[in-house]
Amino acid sequence: MLSIQQLHKSFGDLEVLNGIDLKVEQGKVVVVVGPSGSGKTTLLRCLNILETPTKGSVSIEGQTLDFDQKVSKKDIRTLRRKTGMVFQTYNLFPHKTALENVIEGPITVQKVDKSEAKEKGIHLLEKVGLGDKVDYYPFQLSGGQQQRVGIARALAMDPEVMLFDEPTSALDPELVGEVLRVMKELAQEGMTMVVVTHEMGFAKDVADEVIFMDNGSIVERGKPGHIFSNPKNERTRKFLNLINE
Amino acid sequence: MFLLNNLILSAAPNWDRYINIAESSFLPLLKGALVYSIPMAIISFIIGITIAVLTALFRISGIKILSGIARVYISIIRGTPLLVQLFIIFFGLPRVGINLDPLTAGIIGFSLNTGAYASEIIRAAILSIPKGQWESSYSIGMSYVQSLRRIILPQATRVSIPPLSNSFISLVKDTSLASTITVAEMFRKSQEIVANTYEPLLLYSEAALIYWIICFILSLGQDQIENRLNRYVKT
Repeated sequence: MLSIQQLHKSFGDLEVLNGIDLKVEQGKVVVVVGPSGSGKTTLLRCLNILETPTKGSVSIEGQTLDFDQKVSKKDIRTLRRKTGMVFQTYNLFPHKTALENVIEGPITVQKVDKSEAKEKGIHLLEKVGLGDKVDYYPFQLSGGQQQRVGIARALAMDPEVMLFDEPTSALDPELVGEVLRVMKELAQEGMTMVVVTHEMGFAKDVADEVIFMDNGSIVERGKPGHIFSNPKNERTRKFLNLINE
Repeated sequence: MFLLNNLILSAAPNWDRYINIAESSFLPLLKGALVYSIPMAIISFIIGITIAVLTALFRISGIKILSGIARVYISIIRGTPLLVQLFIIFFGLPRVGINLDPLTAGIIGFSLNTGAYASEIIRAAILSIPKGQWESSYSIGMSYVQSLRRIILPQATRVSIPPLSNSFISLVKDTSLASTITVAEMFRKSQEIVANTYEPLLLYSEAALIYWIICFILSLGQDQIENRLNRYVKT
């Protein structure tokens, strides 16, 4: 359902991704790990074209964008609407309440009726455990709460696949759990997810496949049990040792 | 003795006369302010802000021709005195067949002037909004225009209120320059009364006082707007 082929991305002379191939089946959770600068965030941002790939193709649910040719803005937007993205720094709209953040996409993009959007928005906020915070502005919420609003905002667009870009890296340690719990529930409900994270516990528990990236390439991939207990690649071993120290 | 008496009398200020002039001039001055100065400032500001937003968007568009046009416009307006601009529009343009009544000429001049200065304020305000706001707008499927209108500009407005208030207050005072192109605004009214009464200190001070009161009320309005727009920011 989501697949990328021979994806390249370079910033000027700097090659950040060199030829990534990846397939994510419906309902699967893929966790991408790797040292900083390995290209994992860029890979994720290429999936919804926040970064425009230099070469290669991205397909989601039957729509393929081939970046060897010129790609129209309209096609990019169509593809984007199939994805939901959760950012490391939440990026909530500060001038809108939690509920307004969540219904912004449905109202502005999908042209959903406002009362209908509100009903759904409240339901989504309840789902992420924030039913009592609908009218709060982001600055009145903790980091963990903001990130859960971020998840609800992405879900409001009924995405085919959810993209998480280090969703817990900016959080205080005691707030990480509440965000991971929501993500775990999503995975159990069968949401297709691509998650860039340093939370190895989450990867072990939830991932169907773990991908280890280094220097813009996928170095190793496999079941979490296999990657974490018996990594074949030297660089994977080194990285996991560092993480576990 | 008689002579001394006479001297004291003539040196002593004639308070009755001053009060009389001040009283009788107040309404004409106020009328000049309410009928010309303030409406001229408000209309010019609204048109000017519209020009400013467009110019700011031109400049950040990344399209060479558009940002070029914006740069040249800003450069010309900022690089020439407002008074000279008003003279060109009112006294100069009739030479090429464009005859404008004084008020229209004034509004055009002030609008163009505000547009250039305010566009830099608005551009800075837009650029001050973190890139993540654009990205999260795009990530929920919004277009450039939707992101700008719904997410970026509302936040940029908050940032730009203090400097834009500055611009508006300057504009209110700059409308006194319209006296030179025969607009019957407050300052011109005071000049006319001075011509009859020969009391420049009194009349110009009175005009200054009225400008000050107007600007004081405006800065109260600025506080109100800031408080309202700050409701979503930690204080």
